[in-house]
Amino acid sequence: MPNTASSDAPQLLVELRGVGKTFGGTSVLDDINLVFQPGAVHALVGENGAGKSTLSKIISGVYSADSGTLVVNGEEVDFGSPREALDRGIATIAQDLALVPALTVAENVFLGREPRTGGFLDRRTLRRQFVDLAEGTGFELNPDAKVGSLRTADQQKVEILRALARGASFIIMDEPTAALSGHDMELLHGVVRRLAASGHTVLLISHYLSEVLELSDNITILRDGHHIRTGPAAAETEATLIEGMLGRTLGSVFPENSPAAADAADVLVVTDLMAPGVNGVSLTVRAGEIVGLAGLVGAGRSEIAHAIYGAVRRAGGTVEVDGVDSSSSIPAALHNGIFLIPESRKEQGLVLSRPIRQNVTLSNLLQVATGGWVRPTREKLAARDMLERVTVAGDDRRNVSALSGGNQQKVLFARALQRSRSVLIADEPTRGVDVGSRRAIYDLIVDQAAAGIGVLVISSDVEEILGLAHRILVIRNGRIVAEFAGEDMTEENVLTAAFADPITKETS
Amino acid sequence: MTNTTQVEPSSGVTSRPNFLRHIPWRSIAIVVPFLAVFIALSIGSPAFLSPLNIGNVLDRQSGMLIVAAASTLVLIAGGLDLSVGATYMFTAVICGTMIVKVGGVGGVALGIIAGVLAGLIVGIINGVISTYLKINPLIATLAMSFIILGATKLVSQFGKTGVGQIRVDVEEFTWLAKTKPLGVSLPIWIAFVVVVILGIVLWRTTFGRYVYATGGNAEAARLAGIRVNLVRISTFALAGLAAGLAGVIDLARTPSVPENDSIATTLTFTVLAGIVVGGTSILGGEGAVWRTVLGILFIAMLYNGFTLLRIDPLFQGIALGVIILLAVGFDAWSKLRSR
Repeated sequence: MPNTASSDAPQLLVELRGVGKTFGGTSVLDDINLVFQPGAVHALVGENGAGKSTLSKIISGVYSADSGTLVVNGEEVDFGSPREALDRGIATIAQDLALVPALTVAENVFLGREPRTGGFLDRRTLRRQFVDLAEGTGFELNPDAKVGSLRTADQQKVEILRALARGASFIIMDEPTAALSGHDMELLHGVVRRLAASGHTVLLISHYLSEVLELSDNITILRDGHHIRTGPAAAETEATLIEGMLGRTLGSVFPENSPAAADAADVLVVTDLMAPGVNGVSLTVRAGEIVGLAGLVGAGRSEIAHAIYGAVRRAGGTVEVDGVDSSSSIPAALHNGIFLIPESRKEQGLVLSRPIRQNVTLSNLLQVATGGWVRPTREKLAARDMLERVTVAGDDRRNVSALSGGNQQKVLFARALQRSRSVLIADEPTRGVDVGSRRAIYDLIVDQAAAGIGVLVISSDVEEILGLAHRILVIRNGRIVAEFAGEDMTEENVLTAAFADPITKETS
Repeated sequence: MTNTTQVEPSSGVTSRPNFLRHIPWRSIAIVVPFLAVFIALSIGSPAFLSPLNIGNVLDRQSGMLIVAAASTLVLIAGGLDLSVGATYMFTAVICGTMIVKVGGVGGVALGIIAGVLAGLIVGIINGVISTYLKINPLIATLAMSFIILGATKLVSQFGKTGVGQIRVDVEEFTWLAKTKPLGVSLPIWIAFVVVVILGIVLWRTTFGRYVYATGGNAEAARLAGIRVNLVRISTFALAGLAAGLAGVIDLARTPSVPENDSIATTLTFTVLAGIVVGGTSILGGEGAVWRTVLGILFIAMLYNGFTLLRIDPLFQGIALGVIILLAVGFDAWSKLRSR
């Protein structure tokens, strides 16, 4: 019978003793010694490639260590598979969720261990068990909703409940809030705290340093597979963490960003735009200006971007680029000088099975071709030139899937640079990107503005919007509900506008 | 969870040499078995390597190769065409009927043009219903193949004067299959040219690039400004055109109009088998024309070997089935590897 593990889960003391791991001759982890105390939130930070994922995968049984030992409650263990780790109470909430969309919430949570009577699913018991489990976490989920119809945030909750239903007491969370917006993020933070308070151990891997500092009790910094230090979160600041991760100070997180000239022309004029999820949006972006679109996930920010780019049929309104009306189609938008870097680089941005080079030139193949023939040398030079500008090194004939998240994002920027454009829309440009690459991407965005391009940045990370944008538009229900510039650009103002009660505001 | 064997993606900092990843497994998987069977047959049966036998095998495969090369593009673009066999029969019947009804050189010319054109039109219809009408290509082309087979019978009844098949024993037409420039039959030459052109189109042109991108990630391709639907329709149109050409060529070789539905089915499945054995992913985004050619010839060679070595033809199907499973299994394995 599944136990509704909330406070009765056995406490696990997990230790790593001299753990090392090598892939193809390169050391990824070297002599790691760590102790994870139960009932605490333990964060793991480091750049992509620092060894965070490898370390967590050794604990969760995906990999086994080449040297050193993994010790659970004083007993040496060697997990042959994630299954064995799970049996010892170690579970991973992965970045890519592994749920069955066609099944309900409750069915997913108890997948493989459903209560049965005589071979048939016992729905009543299933519901009861689900309610018991969910109560302990404070998650509000309809047990009968199909998981496929839920938002990512809610799907994540399902995944966490599933781990708890399996009696997990050591929970590894890999970028759990990467896809969440403010409110859901707060909810998840509450869950993490409650898990720790009830004796679970949470190993948190996150690129959001503020989140790490806020949530965790202890923070471990990894750099190039080496353990730099572990200490109480109270003793760290964002600056000390970044310094530890990079081995140098980063300077400011955001680059110097001078505002657009006062007499700069409007490059993008959107009037009364209507489209699915977009309810009458008018906005302008001037040459050299960075405009931030803030708001909650689902508020309609990406929908606005897609409608401007012509990726969805517009129901009404106009989009003008440099005074030229741009019709509702992507080729027209590209031709008129709009470029969109979409929200999800894996689903919407890159063709992962193709080489880096071909991904760079994809939007502007005609420029490196004559009469329908791709000119290999011209393409090679063009791609190399762009990749140099976005600082992606290495052989560009490799598949783009071989790159880290940050570098994949840079490849999309390289594609953008390969086209002449007046307007650049970057949707969540740093989601799942490590600190080092993040700064590089900010630099690229600011450089674009400095070159006289109007930039529209969409981000769920309010700090990022505040750090980059000259002007912020807050979106709710597919409308612009507030605009802030200069002194008024504060986190409080933006969040208040984003969360404001839709009913009271609607009347104004 | 599927990502159990993954290796952490390498960043600039920790790039690992991964020797396995640089080996072109897909190419090896067809080239090595092909050579192995070729060598084995050359040793096992003295008749195999004779120019006559090789010429016969190639001549008989020319139509198949043309259809398979074009169908490879359909698969890479993320589509699937189950109607190529039906189209092949349909165009042969149209061509044959024209020749019989009109007669003379004019009839032959008209027949060839009408046959090829009919293939093109079927292809375009396939493309439109599986993109703009958003019907799954598997179902769309399956339904189309029933419709086409029905239409084939209508046309053939119109062309028939009595009982039996339509015969097109017209010198001006069968000439197409009988001439042998440089000692190699014209159908082989045509197949060669078509295969080379399609291979180069896929390899070197912007259209080829769009085909790969469309099948690899349709949404990403669309957002990159590629007219994904148009690309897909073009691949279906090419497959239809190829089926038309193949139907006409094979009619000239036979030269009686095919009337048995199983001819259509066999052609469709053999084409698919050849493409898959050649290592083109059924999920789209990956593949190459030259490997499809090897795949088709591999199957033909196997069948030829069975005949030469006097093995019961019963086992042909079993052997082919096993080979397809191995090929698709290998495809799945290599996908897992390259993640």
